[in-house]
Amino acid sequence: MLEGFMEALRLITSFDPYLMQIVFLSLRVSGGAILISTVLGVPLGAYLGMKPERKTRFVSKIIYTLMGLPPVVGGLIVFLILSRRGPLGVLGLLFSPAAMIIAQVFLSLPIVIGLTLLGIRSRGGDVAMAARTLGAGPLLTVWTVIKEARLSIFGAVVTGFGRVVAEVGAVMLVGGNIEGHTRVMTTAIVLETNKGNFGFAIGLGLILLTIFFVINSLLYTLQRGGEGHF
Amino acid sequence: MEGLTKRYSREVLNIKHLAFQRGNIYGIMGPSGAGKSTLLRILNLLEPPDSGVIYFDGRPLSDNGRERLIQQRRMTLVAQKPVLFQTSVFENAAFGLKARGYCKRDFRGKIELLLEQVGLRDLSRQHSATLSSGEAQRVALARAVAFEPDLLLLDEPTANLDPSNVEMIEQLILKLNRDRGITVVMVTHNIFQARRIAGQVVFLNEGRIVEMGETERVFTDPADPRTRAFVEGRMIY
Repeated sequence: MLEGFMEALRLITSFDPYLMQIVFLSLRVSGGAILISTVLGVPLGAYLGMKPERKTRFVSKIIYTLMGLPPVVGGLIVFLILSRRGPLGVLGLLFSPAAMIIAQVFLSLPIVIGLTLLGIRSRGGDVAMAARTLGAGPLLTVWTVIKEARLSIFGAVVTGFGRVVAEVGAVMLVGGNIEGHTRVMTTAIVLETNKGNFGFAIGLGLILLTIFFVINSLLYTLQRGGEGHF
Repeated sequence: MEGLTKRYSREVLNIKHLAFQRGNIYGIMGPSGAGKSTLLRILNLLEPPDSGVIYFDGRPLSDNGRERLIQQRRMTLVAQKPVLFQTSVFENAAFGLKARGYCKRDFRGKIELLLEQVGLRDLSRQHSATLSSGEAQRVALARAVAFEPDLLLLDEPTANLDPSNVEMIEQLILKLNRDRGITVVMVTHNIFQARRIAGQVVFLNEGRIVEMGETERVFTDPADPRTRAFVEGRMIY
């Protein structure tokens, strides 16, 4: 194990090209997925969060259910949609980074919508009313509500990224773990461990852990910054 | 306003006629659940009545979104627990002016002067989350009057505040009314406060006006036994 750990450090410090290629593809896929989820999920979550709870009860339940969707199930659904006989089979996206991004959007979008919704619902009504009493029109009111919930929205985005960068089931199914094309950190760890190449697997694990550390530090800082504001 | 009604699970408001004259201070009194806060929200166009017409400057309030916004911008409401935005005291106070398209350089001096009047000049750059409840209420009041509304609606503006803050806010309300001619409609549970600063009082009970008139007359010679019970502190609320 110590040998594997030393090998991992050597690979990281020497910027091993194979390792770096996997890391960058992971960040590109998960970064792309979270960008799409943010663009779609924040306005949708804000819209739902500003609606009365009784009017969005059913939609909220579906979103909360999808927040806990097992990645492999999400991957299976996207696989079936993108497979040759599926409704979007003609696009030929299966086993490509684009398919992996779609699968990860499927997993992170409900998280971004759900956590944004919750953040806005907790204070959005009061903020909207305060803005309106001060003469804000509809657009400024919505913008003010989103701005006031920025900590929750940051938290939603960071949590969504944390979920997709760590998942293995969905990207394995729709990406196929093809070397140099769709191999990302998590799928590479599975493969290299099976091959007995522990140094490489540990190296990727350390990088993944570092990413999580950065994500959690960011969340922690945000939460501390938000203390007393809510 | 004429024939105003509002119903949730029960009828909360049923006002046949109520008029506020420009430049006066009105105290809205009544027990809990009398419909006082609902009346303020309807007046501020934050929620529609089920029926009835509200006139502003003799004209019925518009259904047209743009015109309605223009009318809404001539009034404002300060809540019992003000919601301050998560930014500095200065930015909070400037919100209404920004919403009306004014530039910062045009209103900087005005906001600083206003904050000085409410005793918060030194806290101008401080984050709103660090303020005490009295300071927060003073920011809310400064924020509400920064854009010089014609009608200031106050929903128990001094509830839960210590006596020094109560006095400061009451003095500010009186000054705004005297110097700028702002019409004030203030909901208060505090009958002594109503007597101190309101020229006219409206006594609401179960959504209906029981009595309305000059403050001293209502307090010394109430026409309705429920009003008498309330001003003598015998009505439980």
